[in-house]
Amino acid sequence: MSDLQSFRQEARAWLETNCPPEMRQPVRTEADVCWGGRNAQFSCEAQRVWLERMAERGWTVPAWPREYGGGGLSPAEAAVLNEEMQALGCRPPLSSFGIWMLGPALLKFGTHEQKAEHLPPIARGEIRWCQGYSEPNAGSDLASLQTRAEDKGDHFIVNGQKIWTSYADKADWIFCLVRTDPSAKKHTGISFVLFDMRTPGVSTRPILLISGKSPFCETFFDNVRVEKHNVVGNLNEGWTVAKYLLQHEREMIGGVGNRGVLAPRDIALEAVGRDAQGRLDDPMLRAEIAAFEVDEMAFAATMRRARDMAIARQGNPAYASMLKYYGSELNKRRHELVMAAGGSAALEWEGERSSDGARARAWLRTKANSIEGGTSEVQLNIIAKRVLALPGA
Amino acid sequence: MALVLNQEQTMLQDSARSYVSENAPPAALRKLRDARDTDGISRPLWAGFADMGFTGLLVPEADGGLGLGFVEAGIVLEEIGRNLTASPFWATSGVAAGTLARWGGADQRERYLGRIAAGEITAALAVDETARHRPERIQASLRADGDGYVLNGAKVFVVDGHIADLLLVAARLEADAGEGDVVLALVEAGTPGVRTERTIMLDAHNAAGVSFDNVRLEGAAIVGGPAAGAQACVGALDIGRALASAELLGVAAEAFDRTLAYIKERRQFDRIIGEFQALQHRAANLYTELELSRAMVMTALQTLDTDPVDAAQAVCAAKAHVGRSAAMAVQEAVQMHGGMGMTDEFDIGLYMKRAQSLQMLLGDRGFQLERFARLRGF
Repeated sequence: MSDLQSFRQEARAWLETNCPPEMRQPVRTEADVCWGGRNAQFSCEAQRVWLERMAERGWTVPAWPREYGGGGLSPAEAAVLNEEMQALGCRPPLSSFGIWMLGPALLKFGTHEQKAEHLPPIARGEIRWCQGYSEPNAGSDLASLQTRAEDKGDHFIVNGQKIWTSYADKADWIFCLVRTDPSAKKHTGISFVLFDMRTPGVSTRPILLISGKSPFCETFFDNVRVEKHNVVGNLNEGWTVAKYLLQHEREMIGGVGNRGVLAPRDIALEAVGRDAQGRLDDPMLRAEIAAFEVDEMAFAATMRRARDMAIARQGNPAYASMLKYYGSELNKRRHELVMAAGGSAALEWEGERSSDGARARAWLRTKANSIEGGTSEVQLNIIAKRVLALPGA
Repeated sequence: MALVLNQEQTMLQDSARSYVSENAPPAALRKLRDARDTDGISRPLWAGFADMGFTGLLVPEADGGLGLGFVEAGIVLEEIGRNLTASPFWATSGVAAGTLARWGGADQRERYLGRIAAGEITAALAVDETARHRPERIQASLRADGDGYVLNGAKVFVVDGHIADLLLVAARLEADAGEGDVVLALVEAGTPGVRTERTIMLDAHNAAGVSFDNVRLEGAAIVGGPAAGAQACVGALDIGRALASAELLGVAAEAFDRTLAYIKERRQFDRIIGEFQALQHRAANLYTELELSRAMVMTALQTLDTDPVDAAQAVCAAKAHVGRSAAMAVQEAVQMHGGMGMTDEFDIGLYMKRAQSLQMLLGDRGFQLERFARLRGF
């Protein structure tokens, strides 16, 4: 038996013993997702226990080094663990921008001290992070950001405004792009800094979205003091860190559909039933759902292939743009079909029957998938330039 | 199984790529077409495929082949697709060898597999009876008669049918009650009652109409025998679909590569047209679709290697997906080549024709989606 096979058996046995039955149910509502943080709210005891056990083993971040709270697994072992968790229906113990975005960037660009300070609390779900990237006048053209960090010797003073900061009102710390050299060209005067959201001068204001919810905030910095040891990577070279982190953000958004549980097919079968031959009794909708499911299957295969190429060191960093582009467009299609299949019932906005319009609100939320983390158009530009080597893109 | 080629597969890809592009590029197809070659394939090329081991790639080592799998056959077919190569590989070394190796009885394997591996015989799969692929409506009949069978029926779109030494004919086994199973009957060329007529197709690849008029067959003529015959037939069609998908992927990938190279060279308005975002976004989108097709085709071939019966869903998904992305690739190819894309002199139009033919082979996207939905129970 290969090492990987014996690892698979060990992992399965451990998960079977340690994953509480409640944590093997599909994620249904937002309360089922555990984000951790100083003010962590657990929907039930099982959720807390599951996080604690996984963190103890380093499996909230299986591929991170052990010294920083990870599991020290190889990419292939981490993939096996993921497969076993999916096979048993285990929920992710922790959802975290620290895990998906900041962690990989710190592992690559951080000093030992920065890693030792920030990674273990991320792995244990003790500190929740948010991302200070977009500004009112820096969206797709992110590098034109204007938030300033003024050099005061041993520290910076930060002034400016961020927007679309996901869960800023719930986050403990922020990783943030600031302009440290206003005279340099736009990509070269930016630094990547970390600070506590409790620092005096930081304030947030949730933005009401078309879904009726407020996952994003405006975030304001008014003379915020940031220590110099909290610069990640070299001063004025934050763009390099920012781009690397964006690749991971894109992979996360690209995989957004995999975490959902809504199957348009099931909703349609419930809404219109079957014909005498057992087929969904709406031929046009059936054809669209079949086409969608084929694309979904092909995308899942592509995600597996991207992982296998990375393990085989055949990967192209810009591949993440492709996954982000396709995954977010696919997820929008999924929710278009959910709405079509759900008919007028899916239009309900309030009331218990519809869980306060869960389908409609989720559908509206997906419209941001092809905007956040770089629009579909920006991803196509990146593919054209970095993968296809087209000129002047 | 990882969705990347391993070292041996990469070596096979390298050798197939150089052998096929050197010996059977699009210019070779033009030559066969323009000379109105009666075989529609090059016999010396087929002998070369035998020397390379390609002909017996799916034939078990015990039967004189290389004993490789569908992933490897797909690797060769992608190169065949890239070069628009006219050869009996798909029907003979892919479908017939793959089917007989998996389901053939000992006598069937002994009789045919070694000769296929040696490049001595070619085979063809005869399924369709109407213009659209409807295997569930097959009417060709196989009636038990003494210690053998009698076959009646007529087939169209039989790839390489007019040169085949062996035909695998889908026919309904007459049953005492109800509709009989559709099985594959083995019919050797020259058997009395078999009539073959070549059909000249748009892609200059071989196809034929074949009719069977009271053709008498010996007792062991059903692939897999009467009991496993239905499964062998379904399996053969899925093998054919998966391998056609691999070839179609090669056609699409090459059309895309050539187009990408063209838009990096062609100048209008004092710039390279590839600088225009209108073309860049379409190229990036097409690249994405083709990457998805590639992952899906690899998945289908791998699943086929593991379990040919369970592979049905992945096979349908693969052919449906690459059917659409290849159509997109060749249409964008002609459009981005502008007027040159409309000329016979440029190869790009040949890719459009070949894609259309492969796309129709053993069921177009609509057929695959329909079957996919049924397999998934909706």
